[in-house]
Amino acid sequence: MPRTIVIDPVTRLEGHGKITLQLDDSGVVQDATFHVTQLRGFEKFCEGRPFYEMPNITARICGICPVSHLVASSKACDAILAVKIPPVAADLRRIMNLAQLVQSHALSFFYLSSPDLLLGMDAPAEERSILHVAHTHPSIGADGVALRQFGQRIIELLAGRRIHPGWTVPGGVNEPLSAEKRDQILGMIPAARAAIQRTLGWFKGAIEKFSAEIEVFANFPTLFMGLVDEHGLAEYYDGSLRIIDSEGNVIAGELNPAHYAEFIGEAVEPYTYMKFPYYKPLGYPGGTYRVGPLARLNLADRCNTPLADVEWREFRAMSPKPVLSSFHYHYARLIEMLNATETIELLLADKAILDKHVRATASVNNLEGVGVAEAPRGTLIHHYKVDENGLITWANLVIATGHNNAAMNRGILQTARHYVQGEHVAEGMLNRVEAVVRTFDPCLSCSTHAMGRMPLAVELRAPDGSLIREVRRG
Amino acid sequence: MSGEANVRTLTVDGEEISARADQTILEAAREHNVGIPTLCHLEGLSEVGACRLCLVEVKGARRLLPACVTRVEEGMEVTTHSPKIDRYRTMILELFFAERNHICSICVANGNCELQSLALTLGMTHVEIPYQYPQLPVDASHPRFTVDHNRCVLCTRCVRVCSEIEGANTWGVMGRGAQSLVITDLKEPWGDSETCTSCGKCVQVCPTGALFEKSSVGSKVRKHPEFLPYLRIMREEDQA
Repeated sequence: MPRTIVIDPVTRLEGHGKITLQLDDSGVVQDATFHVTQLRGFEKFCEGRPFYEMPNITARICGICPVSHLVASSKACDAILAVKIPPVAADLRRIMNLAQLVQSHALSFFYLSSPDLLLGMDAPAEERSILHVAHTHPSIGADGVALRQFGQRIIELLAGRRIHPGWTVPGGVNEPLSAEKRDQILGMIPAARAAIQRTLGWFKGAIEKFSAEIEVFANFPTLFMGLVDEHGLAEYYDGSLRIIDSEGNVIAGELNPAHYAEFIGEAVEPYTYMKFPYYKPLGYPGGTYRVGPLARLNLADRCNTPLADVEWREFRAMSPKPVLSSFHYHYARLIEMLNATETIELLLADKAILDKHVRATASVNNLEGVGVAEAPRGTLIHHYKVDENGLITWANLVIATGHNNAAMNRGILQTARHYVQGEHVAEGMLNRVEAVVRTFDPCLSCSTHAMGRMPLAVELRAPDGSLIREVRRG
Repeated sequence: MSGEANVRTLTVDGEEISARADQTILEAAREHNVGIPTLCHLEGLSEVGACRLCLVEVKGARRLLPACVTRVEEGMEVTTHSPKIDRYRTMILELFFAERNHICSICVANGNCELQSLALTLGMTHVEIPYQYPQLPVDASHPRFTVDHNRCVLCTRCVRVCSEIEGANTWGVMGRGAQSLVITDLKEPWGDSETCTSCGKCVQVCPTGALFEKSSVGSKVRKHPEFLPYLRIMREEDQA
């Protein structure tokens, strides 16, 4: 008899989601779906609010990556003001965005995924937590806590608070950096960098143990998308969008992020509130692409800082083509953290970073604005339309996690087909199905904003679990 | 009337105090460091008794009386704090919060809001009254200022300061009860108002984030209503 396995909730990721695996008579996985079952609705209830409130409102989408939303939203508001913000303000936002990247990557790698990596995918479920890692591998646990603290502390020094800081505003930032705070941040960098290098050391040594997982953890050809600077190097705050194929060819370069709607479409599926963005010229699902650390390291010509570039070369040497297994998101995350500490140091070394002119002022000069930045999980797009007084009339948020939605679903199916079979399914096998999702570090609470008539499925099942009737709408 | 006849003796919370006959209970109490919470009251403006947070018990009175508009009387026995008064005040605050959309986390006045600090000091831990979630407009037509009716508590400080200090009479009130709105001129968009001098006093005296400067969003800008008494004194000296 066909059987359904439901993993609900999927643990150790941000937000609430569930996975359904459909098995046929012989216990072979036929289909797998990843359901994001919550709806946030920000796109709708922001309507009518003044645009300059948007950074603060949209930052509330997420407690993990409020800075990403602050940055993308502020950039969309800059576009509505039609100002070029002071260069120091852009650099200060850059630093905060990178600090956010470090703390978020540390959360994903250490808090959420290190139990799988250090204790094994088959370790007892009750032991697979950061608390147990702190017990069995105290120095690694301490590095994770310290790196998260490093990122959060920089955000606090710049913006006054660690979560939901209001410092990034339309036109720039609202307070310059003091020499004292700059020196404090610079003083924290060596220890953070050493922690990242230690982590890279043990992680690279452990990769071999996961060759089976690497083979089936969303390991398939897709496109990759992310920001690059004018020289084609990895960029997190500005620049143009680049899309490469699975062979490494640039199929679209120097795309203006503000014109995202021309090349990105959003498909919907009946089983989830999360949309499925795709590259329009190739349609859906052919135009499936991945974003985030793996994509960024695959598509950039290099990282742009010395230590990270060495690691980047080693990373890319794993494959003559782009690295396709999503397991390597973990690896890419560590290299990006290293790159972030170097870039923060470079930006702070410039005396101009203490410049006092940090905000441009203007009123509404454009009735539409798009802001794009790289969030830890990938490209984040905020797009607003306003009336002549600056009240929001329409908003579209394309969240990093959403870009990866199609790849996550395919990855779950690939992993499940490999590990889940027959009547008896071990818990460790199902943990691998969850672990493939964790490689993407999805933030589900960030990712669902559309309002309207959502698809709904009602399943009527007999006591033995067999499906009697199914009603769908949408 | 002699100076002595002008003095009234009353008890506030059991303590005998004296006050001038033209003083209110609130003025007399505050002169003697007795704290009574207020929201619509602002030193330098006339009193309207709108918010009712300053309700006190006066022996012999059948109901609670607003201290800001009740004159002192000889032999008056006033109680400013009791379980009943505290309950009333907390309920009044709950009504404020339930009546409109006060979302502190994204409000420009977060951390510098009189309504918020009253809720903290009076220990309002819950709002048991169902939220009304009214759909109220935001007027951002003025080049510098915005009025967000979602955060307005109808204290009318803006109306009074505009009339009594600036003399522009731009602000007024339309509607009745909870449906009342503060309006500029004859409900023209603020940016189209012919009487508004853009002096910003209304913004400075607004106790919440209902009136704010656009440039202050995202900043920790404090409002400065304390300038009013000085402004008033200077005006009076000029006229003298």
